[in-house]
This record gives sequence, structure tokens and C-alpha cells, in this order.
Amino acid sequence: MSYMIEGKTGPWEIVVGLEVHAQVTSHSKLFSGAATDFGAGPNSQVSFIDAGFPGMLPVINEECVAQAVRTGLGLNAQINLVSRFDRKNYFYADLPTGYQISQYLHPIVGKGVIEVELEGGITKNIGVTRLHLEQDAGKSLHDQSPSKSFIDLNRAGVALMEIVSEPDIRSPEEAGAYLRKLRSILRYLGTCDGNMDEGSMRADVNVSVRKQGEEFRTRCEVKNVNSIRFVMHAVEAEAKRQIELYESGGTVQQETRLYDPARGETRSMRSKEDAHDYRYFPDPDLLPLVLDEAWVAGLKAKLPELPDDKCTRFVRDYKLPPYDAAVLVMEQATAAFYEQVASGRDAKLAANWVIGELFAALNRTGTNIETSPVSAAALGELLDLMADATINGKIAKEVFEAMVETGQSAAAIVESKGLRQVTDTGAIAAAIDQILAANQDKLAEYKSGKEKLFGFFVGQTMKAMAGKGNPALINKILIEKLA
Amino acid sequence: MLTDLTIAGALAGLAARDFSATELTTAHLDAIAALNPQLNAFITVTPELALAQAAAADEARAKGHAGPLAGIPIAIKDLFCTKDVRTTAASHILDHFIPPYDSTVTAQLRAAGAVTLGKANLDEFAMGSSNMSSAYGPVENPWHRQGQATRLVPGGSSGGSAAVVAARLALGATGTDTGGSIRQPASFTGTVGMKPTYGRCSRYGIIAFASSLDQAGPMARTVEDCALMLAAMAGFDPRDSTSAERPVPDFAAACRHSVKGMRIGIPTEYAAPGMPAAITDIWQRGQNWLREQGAEIVEVSLPHTKYGVPTYYIVATAECSSNLARYDGVRFGERVEGEDLIDLYERTRAAGFGAEVKRRILLGTYVLSAGYYDAYYLRAQQVRQLILRDFTEVFSKVDALLTPTAPSAAFAIGEMMDDPVTMYLNDIFTVPASLAGVPAMSVPAGLDHQGLPLGLQVIGKHFDESSVFAVAAALERAAGFTATPSLMAGAKP
Repeated sequence: MSYMIEGKTGPWEIVVGLEVHAQVTSHSKLFSGAATDFGAGPNSQVSFIDAGFPGMLPVINEECVAQAVRTGLGLNAQINLVSRFDRKNYFYADLPTGYQISQYLHPIVGKGVIEVELEGGITKNIGVTRLHLEQDAGKSLHDQSPSKSFIDLNRAGVALMEIVSEPDIRSPEEAGAYLRKLRSILRYLGTCDGNMDEGSMRADVNVSVRKQGEEFRTRCEVKNVNSIRFVMHAVEAEAKRQIELYESGGTVQQETRLYDPARGETRSMRSKEDAHDYRYFPDPDLLPLVLDEAWVAGLKAKLPELPDDKCTRFVRDYKLPPYDAAVLVMEQATAAFYEQVASGRDAKLAANWVIGELFAALNRTGTNIETSPVSAAALGELLDLMADATINGKIAKEVFEAMVETGQSAAAIVESKGLRQVTDTGAIAAAIDQILAANQDKLAEYKSGKEKLFGFFVGQTMKAMAGKGNPALINKILIEKLA
Repeated sequence: MLTDLTIAGALAGLAARDFSATELTTAHLDAIAALNPQLNAFITVTPELALAQAAAADEARAKGHAGPLAGIPIAIKDLFCTKDVRTTAASHILDHFIPPYDSTVTAQLRAAGAVTLGKANLDEFAMGSSNMSSAYGPVENPWHRQGQATRLVPGGSSGGSAAVVAARLALGATGTDTGGSIRQPASFTGTVGMKPTYGRCSRYGIIAFASSLDQAGPMARTVEDCALMLAAMAGFDPRDSTSAERPVPDFAAACRHSVKGMRIGIPTEYAAPGMPAAITDIWQRGQNWLREQGAEIVEVSLPHTKYGVPTYYIVATAECSSNLARYDGVRFGERVEGEDLIDLYERTRAAGFGAEVKRRILLGTYVLSAGYYDAYYLRAQQVRQLILRDFTEVFSKVDALLTPTAPSAAFAIGEMMDDPVTMYLNDIFTVPASLAGVPAMSVPAGLDHQGLPLGLQVIGKHFDESSVFAVAAALERAAGFTATPSLMAGAKP
């Protein structure tokens, strides 16, 4: 059932389109040789070109173009072999030249599509309208002095990809799923690190609401939202604001708004009347960007396997449920970790361990897949100890916890703690005899038909053997004894 | 006199050790000291730097590895950024701007051994045809009407460069040409000026006026001297995306090519109504000279010529309105403090820019504005394509075109100042080649009835400066222009 917001006048559908600004992963800026490292000292990565000095000219960075093309290919989008850079003119202290070089009429990438996974195994295609390259502006710091604003131009000129979606998104969940999927694709491609907290991915959220079956109504743009969670909140808050406005007899004015995460509401930034006239025109310092078809084909041939393809392969080759596969492929590093664990082993068991025990341990220890306290090889060894019946599954969990804590190998922990599984049938039979003798009443109940008590006897036996009994052997011997 | 030498002659003299680069430079510095206070052709003179460069040139020559222009004293239009030397664009907004980098053209000239005497005056940000818009005051043309003391303009925007060359304060100078800024002042001062093909010289480090039109070029007293200078100035530069990745031909050799068998087009549209008879005469004489040397004169049509000036003033002002946005008082240049950021911008730009620059920024902002863009900027771009097509079509029939350079001789300081449009019309013969990006050159061809120099313009195909040099040299030989200005180094006042 589609997502609706219930208003006083009935259900409202929300319509969302997202403009994502993704910082291109590159060593230098879009039109200058200055570095792009995050966290460098203020104004330490600024060339005369970035600072807009007289006579300085932009020269396109080929690697940034390649990254945009790779992204376009990853979004199944049309690559425009001829694109053009325009100047977007406006005055601001952190915009050194007085214009931003962007692609207005002729973007490098045209229409594409992203398939997103929603709850309950549903998927949905969200259209991508376009992707274009543009320069970032610098940063104004208003909190450094009571009377002055400071300017940091390190970001000025850094390459951004603006990725614009079609207004295909219909719920906060879909907005979140779109952003997660887009981020996943960008990270796979290595074209953007997707770190929203460092500002290398930000979203402008276009929201409108309508009654089912209506044409689109007026939209508002919520600018610069910097986390997926906030985007989802902003969609909901803005939609509710518009619904209340309509239902109280008002109309929505097209405007730019800001999301305030502390108050969970959006507020007006500037109205359409105050909108800048950007006086776009083709940048005369740059020739049209013409791409060679063979060059694009070369980039395409070297693309990594992307999440959708990997997911399909995991389902097919490892026989994983689609949900598990989707979870494992979200991050490339997780997928690689999983594949190393699964290699030559029970793939389903490997998936359960990665998604279950490992993810829990990463959460608990505040680490991630790259800094995991248990390596893929070490986890694999643990699974091997289960496979060759050295330990059982229950003990394995205990061993895993010790691995997380100590960093020791599974084998070493099993040895030092004496956790080796007991497969001596004599010892198991003796333990069972003891349990049966101590529980005559239960035995009688069992024999009179209460077969559920079988599990009780297994549990008691295992407990008596400190968890180290081989479960299969316990079952087998117990059946014989109860027969 | 050393100051009367051509560049070619000076190079021969330096090679023969007839004199040293230091002597040659000193002679020019002395001339500057004597005449610049009146001419106001230099904004900044750099004697120490020039003498150091001259000494280095002498040393290089002694060691046998002198560059092609070693020891040649030249002036640099103050639109080229020069490392550690103040660069103003003749604007108060850059009064104290000292660039930490060199333009590619000036770096190449220095690498060739040229001695830079200083920074030549110009119209503010190269916007003007008279040098009247300079924040450092007008340049006086070293030429005067016969028997009159009336001070004349040297043309613009490279008026300082032209005056310097005419008055023998340097052997050559760099200019920039956006709509005629090299050719028209060359015509006004009896000097030679070449605007190469757009993309021939790097724009890196040249303060931008209109990026799609700006092009650096040489100004000197002979066609060959321009060829020698251009050889050092031209070439591909990876720092300018619009510079052309093409080999630089031997331009000096091209000056010696015969025009025999060449087809020279005479565009009928350049016969502007009301054009002074002296100009019509000189144009006719030019045709005769080329015919006498074996060229075929062909009447041709460039039907969109009349749209040149309006198209130019839309394209150029649109680009300048954006290019000059960076002069905001925030990072470099002059600043006037304000109440807030907008106030700072307004005060800084109000104080920093002169009237002509403000006029063009306003025009350019207007033609790019929402609602006007299609009617002005877009239409101008379309007309520009038609003008380019005019040239492409005509160049399938002829090798070069011959036209007058300007519709008048030099006018007086203060004349034509009432109506900017009258002033803009001075560019009528030069802007079409700028819009098309083709090379064009002005050569002095004779004097008008008042004894003022008049130039003829040769226009060539894209990247065929060689033919332009050949035709210009043929005109130069035939014209035998030996007249000199009333104000010049060594002349009796």
C-alpha cells in the first residue's frame, strides 16, 4: 500500500525529487591543480585560479570528467559525448570569481535509473533526470569573530556532481532508500566517498503534496540537508506543513527552505521573488567538453561489479535469500569480507555469521568492516572448526566473543579454554544415563507420550557436558536409549 | 640613434657588438624619462629590472646563448600580469596589485631575452578606443596635426603601447585586441600592430575583458618586427583551454613571401558612407600596390558587417560583466569598507571602476538578464555565427582581405566623448575580424591632409598569419612610410 499522510480532508500523497551534491573523489579540483584533502588548514589548498585572481583561467581536470562518466555509467544513464560549462553569476564572499562554473543546459550525463529496495522485499525504480559537473564554493565562517566573517577557500573549486532525480519518490522511506542506494553505487564506483557528515554528499529536497490522481502542486526546496535521517524527517515535516497550509485554506508558495533538525521543522530561506537571476551563459574560458566514444567504452569496461549485479550473483551462486544478499552488498567492503568467509565453506552459514554475530560485534565495539576486530580469515577458521565438528555452534558463539575480545585465533581459544567438542560416544552415553537416572519422572512422562521432553533431555545432557557435547551424537544416542 | 632602430636592426647590431643591450636599454630609459611625463604612455617604468635584464642579455650573448630577442627593450601593456611588478589594468581597483605570477606571453618574451621597460597605459580594463578611460589619465598621441598643438588620442585600448612605439620609447610593445585595441591605435600612431588568430597566444595571466575575443599581439614599427615578436609570444599553453595546439610558423620568413598570385578580397561593405576621402584614397592606393606586386584584387561581400558593432558590444559587455565580478575588494585589489558585505561590494566597485567600465558592466548585466537573454545575448551569438560564416565563405575565394583599419585618423583628446556610440563606431572595421577570431593586422600606409597617419588592415584565414604578414609586408614596401611623429626620442621640440 502506498504511503499517505492522513489530513483533515483525507489522505495526501507526497511527491519528492532529490538533488544530490556529491563531491567527486579526485586528488585535485575541477579546474585547478589545488589539492582536495578534507580537514586541511584554512586556505591551505587554494590556487590563484580558485581565488579568482586576475588573468587566471580554468582548465578541466580529466579525472573529474572520468569520475562523472563512471557515475553516469553506474546509474545506467545516457553519457552525453558533448557537454558544456556555463557560468552561474552571483556575488558572495566565498565565491571568488563571482560566478560558479556549472553545466546548465548541456549536462555530461542524461537520463538514468536507480533501483531501490524497500521493506518487504519490494523494489522500485527511481528515475535520474541528469548528472552535471560543477564547482563547489568556499566556506564562510561567521562564528570566528564578533564583527567579521572569515572565508576558507579550500572547498572553492572542488568538483561536485549534482545528481537530480525525477519526482518519483513517494515516501520518506523511498527518499532514504534512494539516498542509501545512490551512496552505495558512488562508493562502489569510487567516485564519491559519500560521507555526509564531512559534507561530501548533501541533498536538496523538493517536496510537494497532492490528492491522489491530481497533477503536481507547487513544490518547495529544502536546501542542504546533510544526513539521510534528516532528509527523511525533512520530507515528512515539509509535507505536513504543506498539508496543514492547504487544509487551512492557504496555498504553498514556491520557495527555498531550510530544515532545522533541532526543531524538526522547515523554515523559509528566500521566496521566489528574491530568487537570484543567475545570468547563465556559456563560459568563454572553456571549450565544449567533447568525449571520445572509445574513451567512455574504456571506462565502462573497467567498472567494478555494482551492488545490483553483485546481489544477483550472491542469490544465484551462494543461494542466499535476496534480503541477506542485499544487506551484504550494500557496502563493497562487507561484500568482499563475506565472499572471503564464504569461499569454500557453507555460504548460508557464512552469511548468517556475518549479518548476525559479526555485525552485532561491530556495533558493540564501534568498529566497521574495515577495522573489524575479527578478520574474514579468522572468522573462516571458526566456521571450519564447526564444520569438522571440533566445536558445536553454541560453543562457536562463545569462541567468537573471545576472538572479538582478545584477537586470538579460534583454534587457540578452543585449546586454551578446553572447548573442544566431546565426540567420545562412551562419555556421551554416560552423561545421558546420568540425566535419565536423575529424572525418572520426566522419563516416565516421555514414555507415556510427552515426546516434547526429548529436547529437555538434550539440553540437560549438553549442560552436564558444559556445552561441549556433539549435538548430533547426543541426539543419536538419546534416541537409542529412549527407544 | 639607438632608439630609431628596428628590432631586426637592433638584433643585428647587438650580434655585431656595435652596442650592448645595456646601452640600448639605457637609451630607451633616457627617452622615457624625457618624454613620458608629457605622453603619459607608461603607468609604471621599471628601470632597475630593465637594466638587470639587459645585463643578463649581454652576458648571455657573450656566452653564445642569446635568446631570439635578447636585449630588445619592449613595453608591456599593463593588462599582462607581470610577476612582482605592479599590474593595474589602468584601473583604480587594482592600484596596488602586484601579481605573484607572470602571464604566459610575458614569460615567453622574457625567456626569449626581451628587456621589459615598464607597463604601458591603456583604457581601463582595455575598454575604450581612445585611451581616455584610463584611471591614470589619457595618453597623448606623439603625432600632431600639421601646425597644431591640439593633443590627440593615440587610440585604444593599447594606446600606451602604440604611443611608446611611435615615440621611440621602446622597440616594440605587447598589446591586446578585443575589438580592435591593437589595430586602431596602430593606425592612429603610424605603427604596425597584429592581432593574431584567437587561440594563437595564450590568455593565461592577461587580465580578461571579453574572454572569447581577447587576444594578445605585437606592436612595432615594422611588419617584420611584429613577426619577430609574435614568434616569441605565440604557442600552445596547457593553462589556457582556448589556446591552439598548433606549431608556430616562421613569421619573419613569411614577411619575405611574394604576394604574386595571391587573391586579395575588397569587402564592399567596408566602404562606409561618409568615410573621409583620405581613407578611401589610401584604401585604393593599397589595392594598387598589391596589384602592382602581382596580386589579384577581387571585390567580395561580407553581408553581415553592419551587425558587427552591435553584436560585439553585446558579446563583449556580457562577458566583461561576469569577468569583472571578481573585483569585489575581498581577496585582492582595493577595498572600501562597508556596513556589510553588499555595502562593501557597492562602495568598492563604485570607487574602483571608472564610468566606461561601469557602463559596460551594466550593459552586459542587462543583456544576460532573464527575459532579455534571448533577445540580446543569444541573438548576438547567432549573428556572430553569421559573421564567422561570412569570413569562411569569402576565404574560400580569396587569400586575404584588405580594408581600412579605422574610419578616421586620430581625433583630439576630449572629442567624441559626448556619445559613447560614436566612440564605439570607431571599431566598425576591426570588430568583425575579432568576432570571427581571424588574424588581422594594421600597417601604416600614408598620411591624411593634416599629416596624420592612416593604417590599412589585412585580414587572413584562421591560423594563416603568414599570409597576413606577406600582404602587410608588401604594403609596407610599397607605402615606404617614413614619416615620424612630432614628439619622439631625439627629435627637436
